[in-house]
Amino acid sequence: MAEYLVDIKNERLSFFTPAGEVKALNDVSIRLKEGEVLGIVGESGSGKSVTAYSLMGLTAHPGKLLGGTLEFNGHHIETMTEKEMCKIRGNEVSIIFQDPMTSLNPVYTIGNQIMEVILLHTDKNKQQAKERAKELLELVGINEPEKRLKQYPHELSGGMRQRVMIAIALACEPKLLIADEPTTALDVTIQAQILELMMELKEKLGMAIIMITHDLGVVASMCERIAVMYAGRIIEYGTTEDIFYNPKHQYTKGLIRSIPRLDTKEHERLVPIEGTPVDLLNPPKGCPFAPRCEACMKICLREMPPVTNFGEVHYTQCWLNQKEEMEKGAAK
Amino acid sequence: MLKYIVKRVFLEIVTIWAVATITFFLMNMVPGGPFLSEKAISPAATAALEAKYGLDKPLFQRYLTYMIDAAHGDFGDSLKQRGRTVMDIILMKFPVSAKVGGISVLVSLLLGIPLGCIAALKRGKFLDSLISVVATCGIAVPSFVICTVLMYTLGVNLKLLPTMGLSSWKNYIMPVMALSFYPTAYIMRLMRSSMLDVLGQDYMRTAKAKGLAGHVILFKHALRNAILPVVTYVGPMLAYTLTGSFVVEKIFTIPGLGGEFIGAINGRDYTLIMGTTIFLATLIIIMNVVVDIVYKLVDPRIKLK
Repeated sequence: MAEYLVDIKNERLSFFTPAGEVKALNDVSIRLKEGEVLGIVGESGSGKSVTAYSLMGLTAHPGKLLGGTLEFNGHHIETMTEKEMCKIRGNEVSIIFQDPMTSLNPVYTIGNQIMEVILLHTDKNKQQAKERAKELLELVGINEPEKRLKQYPHELSGGMRQRVMIAIALACEPKLLIADEPTTALDVTIQAQILELMMELKEKLGMAIIMITHDLGVVASMCERIAVMYAGRIIEYGTTEDIFYNPKHQYTKGLIRSIPRLDTKEHERLVPIEGTPVDLLNPPKGCPFAPRCEACMKICLREMPPVTNFGEVHYTQCWLNQKEEMEKGAAK
Repeated sequence: MLKYIVKRVFLEIVTIWAVATITFFLMNMVPGGPFLSEKAISPAATAALEAKYGLDKPLFQRYLTYMIDAAHGDFGDSLKQRGRTVMDIILMKFPVSAKVGGISVLVSLLLGIPLGCIAALKRGKFLDSLISVVATCGIAVPSFVICTVLMYTLGVNLKLLPTMGLSSWKNYIMPVMALSFYPTAYIMRLMRSSMLDVLGQDYMRTAKAKGLAGHVILFKHALRNAILPVVTYVGPMLAYTLTGSFVVEKIFTIPGLGGEFIGAINGRDYTLIMGTTIFLATLIIIMNVVVDIVYKLVDPRIKLK
């Protein structure tokens, strides 16, 4: 058994669009042990979802993996055929999507859609699959499962549909659950319920979770590790404490400053990160965050910073951190 | 469901009545009459004929008489084809048109749906462009051109196929090709665009994430969602195609109902005009009801009220 459930090393992935090559992922490395919860945060287009999708072989059409290795549960994803991938998807790794309103097929019953994945990956017959589907609906907290199985998606509310999506994802007890902004499309009270449910199920079933979100509150309460992504790179990685109490990268610091706090006064403005995200069609030569960075130095515009380690887990990619660490090393 | 159908039937009877009324008065507003011909007929003979068929009576009285008879299922005698009732003509000609038309509809569905799907799946590739070009031609080229080209090449020059009548299965090939060209092209385009729409839906990604194989995703998850626009189109199209195309029947000398429509109008055969119009209207209405029911079966979100 490999040490890590997920071991992505130096993944590079581009989308070859008519406008040119969009470098969506540049040297992304992620490790995750069994039962761990990793949060990936970052703004839209930073490569959060692309990373997760590529692990399932779900990279959308013009996208192409250019380099790196993706290991999952002993499989080498980057070398697997589509047919082999089909055996893993929905079985060893599942995903919950952002919008439950559109993620279920409108013309089939809930029961049909849950049983489909059970029948595909297990030896259960129809009757057993139905029993299992009922069990799953109970597990995700849906009342009257017998009746729900016969209902169509449009007859359920958004929160209910997301529960159904979770039931589908958990049907074959996957080792890894990818949650791609599972609560973005839901209203706040339902969000809390869904997150609570996910954590509860994680305790029960012991799967690892990759939580993709731009809601820092969500990662703070759920995740053990956090990867902060910017322009297709992980610019800071660490435990939840590292990221929230000891952020090193200017971007992470900016993100945390921008969270509204309970003690924020009524008309006080939130602190935004100035500027706009980089254009991945023409990424800058140096650090992609440099044009927006308050502490930008000359070298930042010229060269991509190397990795600075702050301990076993915590690392950043930032010239400023590199400089500080070197000065610290010299002082000793 | 049953309640819905009963309700629809009552509503549609009103529609048919409206169609019949409008046709009746429009038809009588057109100058000319069934007994005018180049050869002069004596006024006395004309008067006698008009009296026999009740054409000498005031318009509104004729309308009432016709509607009452029609309500009892009596559509009268043809004014031009002596000794035949309108019902006889329709019952004799309709099966001929329906056979050619039915085969054409089947052909257009069997070709149009798969080709449309292929075009969507191969979007932007050569095959897609090829199918799109053929589809555009199919929609743009009128059927008489297709008929003539087919007849000239396959019939006259290559002598592969007979050019007239319906005596053997070979006779069906060219009329069916001519009749199904347009609907095939139309269905291809409908299918392509709705398939592209469905392929971009989130639930397709869900299906893929479940680990389903490509053909299951396509046939189970995509097709059923993408087929709806085709169902909408096929209903009325079926009614029109089954009742025959005047042009195609004329060119290939097929004794079908399509010719009767035009013949009746040209000859001011009032009873036959009424009969064929009511027949076509009824058929279209039946097809629309069938489409609505099929809709409900395909997509559970649709409520029949």
